[in-house]
Amino acid sequence: MEATQLEQIVLENGASRNGIIAMLQEIQSRENYLSEDNLSYLSDRLDIPLIDLYGIASFYKSFSMTPVGDNIIHVCLGTACHVRGAEPILEEIERKLDIKAGETTPDNKFTLKTVNCLGACALGPIVLINGRYFGNTSMQKVTDILQQYGYIAEVAPETT
Amino acid sequence: MGSKRTTIYVCMGTSCDARKSRRLQEAFSRALKDKGLHDEIDVSATSCLGYCDEGPNILIEPENLMYHNLNEEDVPFFIEEHFIKGNRLENYILAPGNGELKIPDMTDINFFKHQRLVVLRNRGRLEPDSIDEYIAMDGYAALSKVLEEYTPESIIVEIIDSGLRGRGGAGFPTGRKWQICRNAPGNEKYIVCNADEGDPGAFMDRSILESDPHAVIEGMIIGARAIGANQGFVYIRDEYPLAVQRIKKAIQQAEDYGLLGDHILGSDFSFTLKIVRGAGAFVCGEETALLASIEGKVGRPRQRPPFPVIKGLWRKPTNINNVETWANVPHIIRNGAKWFSNIGTAKSKGTKIFSLVGKVTNTGLVEVPMGITLREVIFDIGAGIPGDKKFKAVQIGGPSGGCLPDKMLDIPIDYDQLVQAGAMMGSGGLIVMDETTCMVDLAKYFTKFLYEESCGKCWSCREGLRRMLEILTKITEGKAKEEDLDTLRDLAEMTKYASMCGLGQTAANPVLSTLKYFEKEYILHVRYKRCPAKVCKALINFYVIPERCTGCMRCVAACPTGAITGPRSEPHNIDQSKCIKCRACYEICKFNAIEDVIVDAIVIK
Amino acid sequence: MIKFKLNGLEVQVEEGTTLLEAAHFYGFPVPTLCYHEGLSNWGGCRLCIVELKQGNQSRIVSSCTYLAQNDLNVFTNSEKVVKIRKTIIETMLATVPTSKIVQDLASKYGVHRVRVAVENKDCLLCGLCTRMCIEQMDGKAIGLVGRGDSLKITTAFDKRSDTCRLCGGCIYICPACQIRCIGPNIEKDGPICNACANLEPPCLDQFENMMCYMDPCVACEIGTEKPVKSKL
Repeated sequence: MEATQLEQIVLENGASRNGIIAMLQEIQSRENYLSEDNLSYLSDRLDIPLIDLYGIASFYKSFSMTPVGDNIIHVCLGTACHVRGAEPILEEIERKLDIKAGETTPDNKFTLKTVNCLGACALGPIVLINGRYFGNTSMQKVTDILQQYGYIAEVAPETT
Repeated sequence: MGSKRTTIYVCMGTSCDARKSRRLQEAFSRALKDKGLHDEIDVSATSCLGYCDEGPNILIEPENLMYHNLNEEDVPFFIEEHFIKGNRLENYILAPGNGELKIPDMTDINFFKHQRLVVLRNRGRLEPDSIDEYIAMDGYAALSKVLEEYTPESIIVEIIDSGLRGRGGAGFPTGRKWQICRNAPGNEKYIVCNADEGDPGAFMDRSILESDPHAVIEGMIIGARAIGANQGFVYIRDEYPLAVQRIKKAIQQAEDYGLLGDHILGSDFSFTLKIVRGAGAFVCGEETALLASIEGKVGRPRQRPPFPVIKGLWRKPTNINNVETWANVPHIIRNGAKWFSNIGTAKSKGTKIFSLVGKVTNTGLVEVPMGITLREVIFDIGAGIPGDKKFKAVQIGGPSGGCLPDKMLDIPIDYDQLVQAGAMMGSGGLIVMDETTCMVDLAKYFTKFLYEESCGKCWSCREGLRRMLEILTKITEGKAKEEDLDTLRDLAEMTKYASMCGLGQTAANPVLSTLKYFEKEYILHVRYKRCPAKVCKALINFYVIPERCTGCMRCVAACPTGAITGPRSEPHNIDQSKCIKCRACYEICKFNAIEDVIVDAIVIK
Repeated sequence: MIKFKLNGLEVQVEEGTTLLEAAHFYGFPVPTLCYHEGLSNWGGCRLCIVELKQGNQSRIVSSCTYLAQNDLNVFTNSEKVVKIRKTIIETMLATVPTSKIVQDLASKYGVHRVRVAVENKDCLLCGLCTRMCIEQMDGKAIGLVGRGDSLKITTAFDKRSDTCRLCGGCIYICPACQIRCIGPNIEKDGPICNACANLEPPCLDQFENMMCYMDPCVACEIGTEKPVKSKL
């Protein structure tokens, strides 16, 4: 991100320590992650040690320090989704994409994350992709949902 | 609120929104125009109707009729039938729950019949984005009453007399908190609305903010007046984009109307309100961590005392209440303390909103008077457990609450009774579990959740949870010995007593309450290496019972690893080496033909 | 002055004194690990917990972060405190068995068994080094990163810090790497050593003197299995 853009974000949020989380949120929403360069800029600009900023950024779950894929999948693991079987769905997505929660596929198409309740428990289990809710999901629906975002399913082996 | 003959209210809560209620609203507008009815019938967006399970929901007024499960494509047909031909479409009408009345009025539906609406009184009746509608419903009347007739001290007296207690967890008397903050030394004071609703399975605060954001703002202005604060913050969870958007807009509108800012309604009182978005940390629901987060720091709790009401934000007195508490305030002022204290039990006044979720027929948001029993909420309002499954437990009070079994369902909902039972009010999540939920697995789930969400500062919390998780994992894998249960108790005790903040002190509750009420299930896991709910993968083996299997091939299609084989119309076979025990076949089978034979033998014995 | 009861004794301290400082001032031993006189009080290791009793209500707090207040009724070695302290030491020992400081604590407080899985980590996440770095050395190089399961001590982006001057303050103060216990053969004998600290009465490092003429010795009794109950 350009220094002028960063400076604008700093000024919009009061150019002080109090606005630091809002600044990080703004950078995160524009670039999908917090780069070392951007944090270093804030560190110099606001005179906060880089390690403190790194500590803040790593403490809160909505910040990411590595770039994310084109499509972000959130699997809700809230209690209501848990008792309705969210884990098998997460595992199914992990198997299909061959990544673990928190990782990004090598082709950079998908990032898989978990979230602790989206507050729409009536729809559980929920999968959220790029802000769109897929309610009442099941293991059988996973492939269908992923295919809407460019996932190409392997041909299932012949069963006898 | 329409000035026309009839109004169609379309629910815009998160659940219905996710089921495309916005497009449904557009479809209604379009279709009404096509039929030339748009002058007679109004379409309006409205806040959460609470009956989230059957969304998208619409409410037709003045008939007070609720329809559900409508598709965009059905709309022209629906209008034709309902409004032109006058037929009521039974397929879409919400069933009353007792199977008697065919055309139910909303108040006939069991889900709504037992509720008592105070905070949610406007639900389904106003457009949350419109301040004018809120004002037309007596909104901000309490504020002008306060500014004209009350001194700050008399507001506090009113709140103390009402008996209102904090709705966020521990239930500290709200009026007393305000009084301490008002009397705390210092001229600069702050108030904060805790909208960091992190409990998984709880969405009361989200719904209030989405449905009636002005009630929260009005409550906060009144509170600020009483305490003597000129600046307030709403700390809201970032996972709730719709709620953030609505409260933002509401604040803007209130500023435009002179209800926020300098010299509110021409008085000498000034108050501004700012939104701070959380960044995804459960522990920030703890008040000192929340304050640290507003100050732009890592959300790590600190030692109390000093309490925030004495030294809070930037070491100035700060009063924190949660969304539901603030939203109660205007109603108390408008109707009087006496009215409020007539609802509820001796020590817990008013109503409480619960989100009723999990294995329950009617999922949704319910507001009930204090003192109602859990059984009434789950079985009368929630209509019990779906399918022919048996009730097992209800988790109340969020991850650090407790799991209560059937025999505890008749205790009245009240702060003190719940604590005595080993649970707590919490913010109001009610998660219902049936016999297919394994209590050890559930304790493991909560312990893992809390371990990941712990700030990590206290050894007792971080390591206590990690070690408990280690033992619980051993139990679910069938590797535990009986003495491990004692170790588990000791670790739980360490976590509970030695940790600094509320998260740590309650983090052992899931383990302690399941050990207290479901010890048998632990013993089955430890001694017999069996999981009666068929959840713990290492302890189950699925087999096809040939006598029951009809060979319908549903399980063959459902199996993600191709472990099930067999020709149509003949009993199938499960290849144990390929089976990952995901339960897909067990759940999809209509003939109960997939079972863990050994488990059932032990449980029956 | 603040007046309160400490192990049944009427005591007074200046305002702003922590319960830990008060206890040490009056000669009551309270174990610590993440506490250091030259650094800010953190309250992370929870070893310094004390019990506050009020009627039949009781609360356990970390004495290093709790300021003395009028009319408190503080117990540094109640049955509950002693039991929980032992569980804390037991879990510490399982996590970092090579720390001599933890081994000594185990001997002193009678921890004779470890019931959780023994690991061989070398960090207790007590945060002493991070406070040393920023508060005493102005290094601003290391800090606590992440939370809960991912909490660790590291530099920003896990890279060598520009501000680190390699002063060694962090190593100096670390309870796990400062003096390593070379006693136990973990694979063979388990995590408990008891080789060197057993012989030393606990009062020795408290008062730099053997206090055995005080019979029964309060400090010694704490070191045994039996918690001190009603003597104080």
